[in-house]
Order: sequence, then C-alpha cells, then structure tokens
Amino acid sequence: MIRFEDIGLRYGSGPEALRDINLTLEPGSFHFLTGASGAGKSSLLRLMYLGLRPSRGHISVFGHDVAGLKRADFPALRRQIGVVFQNFRLLDHLSALDNVALPLRMAGVGEAEIREHVVELLHWVGLGDALDAKPPTLSGGQQQRVAIARSVIARPRLLLADEPTGNVDDSIGMRLLYLFEELNKLGTTVVIATHNEGLIARFVHPRLHLERGALSVVAAGTPMTPPQMPVAPVLPAGLATSQSLSGSWLT
Amino acid sequence: MIRQRLDLPLAEDSTGRFLVWIMAVMIYLAIVALAGSMVLAGMAGRWESGLTGRLTVQIAPLPDQSVAPLAQRTEVTLALLRSTPGITRAEPVGASAAHKLLEPWLGNALLDDLPLPALIDVEVGPGAGLDAAALAERLAGAVTGARLDNHAAWLADLRILAHTAQLVALAVVLLVGGASVAAVVFAVRTGLAIHSPVVELLHIMGATDAYVARQFQTHVAGLAFRGGLVGLGLAALTLLALRLAAGDTPVGLMPDMTLGFREWLALVAVPLVAAALAVVTARWTVLRVLTRMP
Repeated sequence: MIRFEDIGLRYGSGPEALRDINLTLEPGSFHFLTGASGAGKSSLLRLMYLGLRPSRGHISVFGHDVAGLKRADFPALRRQIGVVFQNFRLLDHLSALDNVALPLRMAGVGEAEIREHVVELLHWVGLGDALDAKPPTLSGGQQQRVAIARSVIARPRLLLADEPTGNVDDSIGMRLLYLFEELNKLGTTVVIATHNEGLIARFVHPRLHLERGALSVVAAGTPMTPPQMPVAPVLPAGLATSQSLSGSWLT
Repeated sequence: MIRQRLDLPLAEDSTGRFLVWIMAVMIYLAIVALAGSMVLAGMAGRWESGLTGRLTVQIAPLPDQSVAPLAQRTEVTLALLRSTPGITRAEPVGASAAHKLLEPWLGNALLDDLPLPALIDVEVGPGAGLDAAALAERLAGAVTGARLDNHAAWLADLRILAHTAQLVALAVVLLVGGASVAAVVFAVRTGLAIHSPVVELLHIMGATDAYVARQFQTHVAGLAFRGGLVGLGLAALTLLALRLAAGDTPVGLMPDMTLGFREWLALVAVPLVAAALAVVTARWTVLRVLTRMP
C-alpha cells in the first residue's frame, strides 16, 4: 500500500524534519500517528498524500514508485487517498454539501448520485440540517465533520486524518473514529494523527510514533510513557512578571 | 444570468470586475474598427463596380469665337464615340444631372453662373479591349476641348485608400486582441496566485490540471461574454449615432454608413470570438503555470 525507504525531508536548508523513515503500511491496516507538536506528524502525512516530495529516499504508493511518476499520474493516485486536515481546509464559498461533493465531482460522478450519497453521509455525521450552510456559519466541530465527510465520501483506499477529533467532544470523537473503523473493515487503510490518548486507549491499533523526526512503530496495546512535563509551566520572564496575568487566566 | 458554481472562489476577486470593463472597451474598439473598414470597403466596392467599364468624356466650354459651340462639339464627339468599336453606349449627361452632381460641392447659386463642361457617359462592352489612350488621342484631335477620363488614377487611389483603411482596421483588431489576451493572462495569473492554497487543495483531492483550468475557463468565459455584450451594445449605439448623423448629408460627401445583414452578423460574432479567445488564453495560461508547479 505505502512504503517509505530511508526517507528524509528537509524544508529549504534547515535541519531534517523527518529522517531515516522506513515504514510499510499494509492494505487494510489501521495506525494511530502520535508525537509531540513539531515532531513531524503533518509532514509525514503530507508525504503520504503526495503533497510533498522527500529530500531523499524512495516512496511507493499503491505499488507506484513516486519518483518515477509523471505529473499527470498523480491525480489518479490522489483520488484514492482521503485526507482530513487539521485546519479542515473547507472552501468557505461552497455549502457543506458542495464541499463534501468535491471528490465525487472530480471523479466525474453524476449530480443525482452525488447528491444522494452526500446527503446521506451528512445526515450520518449529524449535519442533515446544515446541507446548504457555508463553513463560516458552522461551529468548529461541524466544520470538522464536514471535512471528515469530504475525506471519506469517495471511499478512499487510504484515509489520512490529522487530529480529526480535535474540535469535537468525546462522544462525537468516538462516533467519528467508529466511522473510520467501519471504513477500515471495508478495506480502507487508515492513519490517524492524534494527541488524544484517551481515544487511542479505547482502540486496539498499533501506533506510529514520531520523535524529533524519527519514527518508531509501537505495537497495539503498549502504553506510552507520558511526556515529561515541568511541574509548572515555565513562562517567558516578561510574561511571568506581567501584572495582567492572573492565576485564573493560567488555569 | 445563470452563475455556475465554481470550486475556486473566483467570482469574489476584484480582477473579475476589471476584466469585464477591459473586454468591453476592447470589443467596442474592435467592432468600431471593423465596421469602419467594412463601410470603406463597401464604398470602394460600389464605386469600383460603378466605374469599371465606364468612361467619361468631358468637353470644355471655350469662350474662343473660332471654336464651334459646345453643343456642336458634343454632337461630333457623340458620333465619334458611337462609331468606335467596343463602345456599347454613349449618352450625354443632362444639365440637371450635372447640376445635381456638382451642387453639394459648389452650391446652387454659383452653379447658375458657371460655364459647365458637357459630359458624356460612355459604356464599354465587357472584353472589348478598347484602347483608351488611342481613343483619347483621337478625341483630342477631332474635337477641341474634349478630354477622356477612364477613372484609372481615381480608382487606383480609391483601392489604395480602401486597402490602407482595411489594414489599419486589421492592425487595430490585432492590437486589441493582443491587449485582451494580455489582460486575461494577467487576471488568470493573479487568480492562480490568490487562490494557490485552494488550487493546492484541489490537487491533493485529485484534481487534474485540466479540472483547475476549466474553473478559470468558465469564469473567464462569463466575464468576457458580459464584457462583450457591453462592448457590442456601446458599439451598436455608436454606429447608429453615426448613421443618424450622416443621414442628411448629401450623397457623395460621406460614405454610405449602412451595413448589410452579413456585416452585422460578423460584428455580432466579435464578442463570441473574443470570449473563445479568452477561454483558450485562460486554459493555456493555467496549464502553463501549473506545469511549472512541483
């Protein structure tokens, strides 16, 4: 499905954001992707959805060596990948329905079929009464559900989600993860980047853990060592001495 | 007007509004230039077809007492012309017709006092192979004050004028077309720059470059068509105003401003051609820019 060999990624002339990544995602697998902020989770996902080219190494997607692909070959591969972005990346001038319909329109599906499937899915994610709503009028959680619906509407072979439950409460978060699991059972390979240890603990899936650009695979059910946190947040000196900061603000 | 849903929010750009007016002005200029060229071409064509195969003999009124009177010389000239092989008709132009021809230029009062030459309208049979120079020589020898005009110099000047005017109109249309293409390229490149995050998103979702290009094509086609309608409307009003202004001018001083059905059809096609050119330009620009992207 996806194979990374000795992948390194560098932005400009900076240090490597990802280094020596070796990874194989088998068809139908389900992984959580974890790591601290800045560890390289989003970069790894961008490489997976072919939004970036690595600085070194080889990537193979659905059996195709990415380095050998022509520009015209990418759309067909990308249509088999659903992506949920951390900041949703919805199109504000389009309705929820039109946002979700985008992947189907690109695939050339007929309008009647599009409407039927999109309306059904939006009802399923609890947005049946917001079909014509524009994203700016929706709450963060509703926008996230639109983004998730858009990522799965075309039944992708690979689903990549960057913090898909970040803006929803636990019950909706669980419901969305169950949706991902259902898709996984139907054959979709799933990778979900998340910080939510509580949600991860309720599912038995291996995790890909990134730390300072290096990847390790942790077997399902293995508890993670909680990150070492200072007893009290260390604020910059200027902020810590500011009179405007009250104790309640920090809590 | 039906507005098609676009994945890219191009309708919200200010570039769209400026493109409508640019296209309107360009199409206005192109239509007026083309119409001017058509009017001149029509005028030249009518004059040429009216003058081809025609000769005019002019017999000057001479105050010299030793010369035969004008009427007598006219009769001699007519006899000579009618006996010349190849000439199918030779008729004197009546005094009233001659007055009517000269009236716009000299005025009515002056004409009554002026000694006017006698004019003879001559028709030459097609393929007669008449030697105009030899005939002019014979006339000059036989009748004092007779002069043959075969309109060759006049027609040559008219052809040059008409062709020059057509070339100027063509140059204007080409310049206007080039400026329109440049405006579309600028608007599309600006749109691509403004909406690059959305274009990137569409690519991530599997859009082909052609899919993105179609978004711009649809948008630009609508703008160009709207601009074209405005330009066509303004040009039609201008041509109508010119036609009305020229309505009372005596024939001969001003070209006939009337355009035929086919000519109007050609002018109406200008906005459509412009819209097609804009669409092709938009597609070419988008594909060219996207191909350079990683």
